Amino acid sequence: MNDRIEFRFSGSGGQGLILAGIILADAAAIYEDKNAVQTQSYGPEARGGSSKSEVIVSDSPIEYPKATKVDYMVALTQESFNKYIDDVKETGIVIADKELVTDFSKARGKLYVIDMVKSAREELGKVLGLNIIALGVLVEISGIVSHESIKNALIKRVPSGFEDYNKKAIEIGFKLGKEIKNNN
Amino acid sequence: MAKNIKLMQGNEAIAEGAIIAGCNFFAGYPITPSSEIAELLSSKLPKTGGVFLQMEDEISALGAVLGAALGGAKAITASSGPGISLKQEHIGYASMSEIPCVIVNVMRGGPSTGLPTLPAQSDIMQAKWGTHGDHAIIAIVPSSVNESLYETIRAFNLSIKYRTPVLILTDEIIGHMREKVVVPDKSDVDIIDVKLPDVPPEEYNPYNYTSGAVTPLAPMGEGYRYHVTGLIHGETGFPSQKTETIKNAQNWLIDKIYKNIEDIEKFDEFQTEDADILVVAYGSTSRSTRQAVMMARTAGIKAGMFRPITIWPFPEKQISNLSKRIKKILVPEMNMGQIILEIQRNACESQVYGLNVVTGEPITPDQIYAKIKEIAES
Repeated sequence: MNDRIEFRFSGSGGQGLILAGIILADAAAIYEDKNAVQTQSYGPEARGGSSKSEVIVSDSPIEYPKATKVDYMVALTQESFNKYIDDVKETGIVIADKELVTDFSKARGKLYVIDMVKSAREELGKVLGLNIIALGVLVEISGIVSHESIKNALIKRVPSGFEDYNKKAIEIGFKLGKEIKNNN
Repeated sequence: MAKNIKLMQGNEAIAEGAIIAGCNFFAGYPITPSSEIAELLSSKLPKTGGVFLQMEDEISALGAVLGAALGGAKAITASSGPGISLKQEHIGYASMSEIPCVIVNVMRGGPSTGLPTLPAQSDIMQAKWGTHGDHAIIAIVPSSVNESLYETIRAFNLSIKYRTPVLILTDEIIGHMREKVVVPDKSDVDIIDVKLPDVPPEEYNPYNYTSGAVTPLAPMGEGYRYHVTGLIHGETGFPSQKTETIKNAQNWLIDKIYKNIEDIEKFDEFQTEDADILVVAYGSTSRSTRQAVMMARTAGIKAGMFRPITIWPFPEKQISNLSKRIKKILVPEMNMGQIILEIQRNACESQVYGLNVVTGEPITPDQIYAKIKEIAES
């Protein structure tokens, strides 16, 4: 494993990006005994505004806790795509939602545009859970943790009564991730 | 026994550490980026027989904490810059009347309401000088989530041992970041408990300025009757304006901390043995510094780091000794230059450089490395 892998979830406040980051860090740190640090950055507003949640995973101790050379970025709004893409490595991968991000003039790295909102609407019946679908895509594409680890971390962190809904959401993410991997 | 390892936030680690230390009272008023400490203690304390109080403001919150501590509680409050400004009045009262308490400041950008969600290290001097009058204070700056937990336990211990307010200074980065923590069992850590005086009530004086030993604070309700005031007082606790008493009381407040500095101080050194450039960094900035020092070493520059964990009282002797052999010292801080003043004062034989970043963003390893390189080439 590469010594330091940087993940960034970006979008707007309220989309659940911080939770997605926590679940990823939990899966890596607790269920796979790697080193992981999760940080976040958001504005003073409770909803809206640009927000990001970052996870660093490494086999060595992690000193600087924020991402500066991003290996994997998820963008769930146009504003966050534009604002946070500059730190993505040349070899990095950017996962954007097809409906929420439409202008790719600032794109860097390898771009995967995926129908996550559409899949949520069609398969879950609502867009709630978009963060978990994106997490599933990210895990599938990066292979950073196993399906089992991420599912264990997911179940621990979501509200009781919503376990099945979220399990379904992460499976959708795995499937979308696999499709895009096979097509590239 | 299997280790209890959890992924948790810095603020959560402080709440966890407080409970392990035996904290049974919190009063506060929520403020970003410290609110999770209040939130978590509001659910933890009632389950362990403790009390959680949300007060009408920050001043009353520390007032309630001091009242609880006088009643024998291990008490804590948490806030951020704007709230800590309000608490200054009672920090002075706690110093003067020697009431143990722990005060957490999860630093954010200031002055005033400043930057609620963004980090800074700009309350370092406020921690020492925020309240008026001569007094000494203990302040601790953890640099990780794990350290936040253990240093909170140490903060409670020091507050009781020296009957003093102890400040824990973290920042938005440490407070909100999540990483692995080894949660200890209560039996695995040293905990200093509130003790009854070893004399009967009729022989008890709540203060002693000359023996050199700290008198235990008798919890109210145990039969020990004494006076508590913010006025200069004699050893019985009653106000006094006798010159001898004033002198003894004022000296005591400083001496009880500074004469025990070796017990209170705590620091960490990284590759300082053969260093040509010393970087003095604390809190979240020390994480970037450690990485920058490794980058410098890879590039053949002999850099090292000194990291105060107890920042007040300041480790003057260590800096002075290091300055005898390391002639270039860099002090990166997320403020306009605060601890650098202490370095300049103590490292008289070295050239001291600052790196001050006040953008609401943490200082990166690249920024520190660039400065180390610049200094090395100068």
